[in-house]
Amino acid sequence: MMAETSKKRTLRELLLTSDAAISVMVVLLGFICGTVLIVCVGRNPVGMYKAILQVLTGFNIDRHRFYIRYVGEWLATSMPFILCGLSMAFAARSGLFNIGGEGQYVVGMTVAQIFALLGPQVSVLHWILALVLAMVGGACWGGIVGWLKARFEVSEVVATIMLNYIALYGSRILIMGLPGTNTYKTPDFPETAILKSQFLAKLTQGSMLNYGIIFVILSVIAYWFIMEKTRLGFGLRATGFNKDAARASGIPVVRSIVLSMAIAGAFAGLGGGIVALGSFRYGRVLAGNDGYGFAGIAVALVGNNTAVGTLLAGLLFGMLSSAQPLMESNRIPKEITFIIQGLVVVFIAIRVGFRIFIRYSMKKKAQREAVSNG
Amino acid sequence: MDSIFGKIPTILMLVSPILITATGGMICERSGVVNIALEGLMVFGAFAAATAHFFLEPTLGPSSVWVALCIGSLFGLMFSYIHAFASISLNADQTVSGTGINLLANGVTIFLAQIFFKQDRTKQFMLGMMPGPGGIYPTAWIALGVLTVVWFALYKRPFGLRLRACGENPQAAASVGINVRGIRYVAVLASGFLAGLAGSCLVLTTNTQFNSTTVNGHGFIALAVVSFGRWKPLGIGGASLLFGTALAFSIIASDYSALRSLPTEVFNIMPYAITLLTLVIFSGKNYAPLAAGKPYEKGAS
Repeated sequence: MMAETSKKRTLRELLLTSDAAISVMVVLLGFICGTVLIVCVGRNPVGMYKAILQVLTGFNIDRHRFYIRYVGEWLATSMPFILCGLSMAFAARSGLFNIGGEGQYVVGMTVAQIFALLGPQVSVLHWILALVLAMVGGACWGGIVGWLKARFEVSEVVATIMLNYIALYGSRILIMGLPGTNTYKTPDFPETAILKSQFLAKLTQGSMLNYGIIFVILSVIAYWFIMEKTRLGFGLRATGFNKDAARASGIPVVRSIVLSMAIAGAFAGLGGGIVALGSFRYGRVLAGNDGYGFAGIAVALVGNNTAVGTLLAGLLFGMLSSAQPLMESNRIPKEITFIIQGLVVVFIAIRVGFRIFIRYSMKKKAQREAVSNG
Repeated sequence: MDSIFGKIPTILMLVSPILITATGGMICERSGVVNIALEGLMVFGAFAAATAHFFLEPTLGPSSVWVALCIGSLFGLMFSYIHAFASISLNADQTVSGTGINLLANGVTIFLAQIFFKQDRTKQFMLGMMPGPGGIYPTAWIALGVLTVVWFALYKRPFGLRLRACGENPQAAASVGINVRGIRYVAVLASGFLAGLAGSCLVLTTNTQFNSTTVNGHGFIALAVVSFGRWKPLGIGGASLLFGTALAFSIIASDYSALRSLPTEVFNIMPYAITLLTLVIFSGKNYAPLAAGKPYEKGAS
C-alpha cells in the first residue's frame, strides 16, 4: 500500500517536472478519447489498433503474416511530418511561432518540381540539386517573415498565414505556366529527378521509401547540432528566452530572427521537395494545402521542440497518417486520426491546467495525510 | 458598367461571411484574445448548418434555413468555449489552442459526416438560402446588422468601453472593478457564435453541401481583414468589401475579356498580399490592441 502511494506520487512529480512525460500523457489521452469516440459511434476500436500494429511492425494479426512494406511506407510518410515539425520547432526555440510551415513546404515543393522538369538531367546530381534548391526556396520564404518581423515588427503569425496562401496560389500560377501542364498535373518527371531508391525499395518490398530518408536523418542531426552545439544556436535560444536580455548581452537579435526563420523555412522546404520528388512521378498543381505544415505545429508541440522529441512525434504522426487506409478497411473512419492530432494540440495548450490540477490534488492529499497523522 | 452592377449580389454574397467572421474576430482581439481558430469555428458552423438543413428541410421547408443558421451559430459558440477555457482560464498560448481547434475542426466534421452520411461530405440539400429583393441574399443584411450592433455595443455602451479596456490594459481595467476574465469569455464566445453564423451563411448561399473545402481559408481572410481594418468596425466593413470583391473576381473574371488572360489565382492572392503590404507600410504605428495575445494573470503588474 505504502509502495503504491509513493509510486503514484513520483508519477505526479514526473508530470510536474518533465515535459516529455506530459507529452506522453497527452498522446495517451488523445488515443483514449479517440477510442471512446469510436465506441460511441458503434464501431470496434480494435480495428484501429490492428491497423497501427500493422504499420509499426508490418505484422497483420488476422493473417499472421509480416508485410514489411508497411514499415517502409510508415517511414516514408513520416518524412514531411518530421521536417515540418523541425521547422516549427526551430522557430519556436527562438521565440517565434511559425505557422508558415505550410507555405514554406509549398515553395520547396514548387521549386523542386520546376527544377526537376527544367533542370539538367544528370543522374543523382539532378535530384540533389533539386532538393538543395527546395531548401533555398523554403529558406527565402521563411527569411522574408523573419525580416518583416525584425525590421517592421509585423507579427509573424499574421505574416506567415498570408504567405501560406500567397505560396499556394503562386505555386498554381507557376506550375500551370510550365509547358505541357493541365489543370492538375505536369508531364512526368525525368528518371534522373526521382528520389526512388532501388535498394531501399527492395529492402522494404517495394514501398515508397526513398533517398529522402537520408536527408531527414541529416536534418535531425543538423537541428541538434545547430541548436545545442553552436554559438548561433545559443544566440537563438537566448533570443527566445528573453529578447531584451539577449540584445543587451551583444547577441544580434535582428540577424538571429531572420536566420532562425530562414533555417526553419529550409527544413519545411526540404520536406516539400522530398514529397514532390519522392511520392509522385509528376508535378502537382496544388488544389489545396497538403496540411503537413499545420501538422508540423502539432509535431513540434508534442516533441517539445527538441531534435529527438520532434523525430519521435513525427514518426507518431506519420504512423497515424499511414494507418489511415488500413483503418478504412477495418471500418474505422480515417478522420479519427485528424481528431487525435487536434485533441493532442488542444491538450498541449491546456497542459498548464493539468499541472495546476496535479499540484492542487497533491496539496489536498498532503493536507489529508497531515490531518490523519496528527 | 451594367454588368458590374449585375455582379453586386455575387460580391455581397461572398463579402457577408467574411464580414461577419471578421466582426467576431475584432471583438475577440479588442478584448485581448487572439483567435486564429476563426477558420475552424467557421468549419464547425458550416457543417452543423448543412447537416441541420438537410435533415429539417423535408419537414420545415424553406424556413429550415433559419433554424440551420441558429444551429450553426450555436455549434461555433460551443467549440469556441474550448478556446475560451484554454486561453482565459488556463492562460494557455492562444495561438496553440487556436491551432488545435483548426486541426480538430476538419477531423471532427468529416468524421461526423462519415457517421451520418457514410461519405466524406454531407448529403446535398435541395434549396439553400433564397435571394431576396434585387437578387441580394439575406446574409448581406445579417452582416450589416451584426456590424451595426457590434459597433453600437463597442462604442456606445459601457460594456464596450470595458471590453476595449481589457484589450488595452487588463490590469488597469481590473483595478477599477472590471471582471477581465468574464468579459474575455463573452468576447471569445461571441466570436465563436459569429464565426459559426458566418460558416452557416457561407454554406447555405454558395454551396449545396458541406465538404472539406467549403470554408477554404475564409477564416484566415477574416483574420487578415481584422488587421487590415485596424481593429475598427468601419475599417473592417471596408476591408471586407475589398477582399470579398477580390475573391468574387477570381470567380467572375472570366466574364470580362480584359481580365481573361490573367490567371484567376491573381485575385485569390490579392487579399493576402494587400494585407501584408499594409502591415509593412503602417508598421510604424501599432494599431493592434496592446494586450492582444497576452494571457491575463491576476495580480501580475
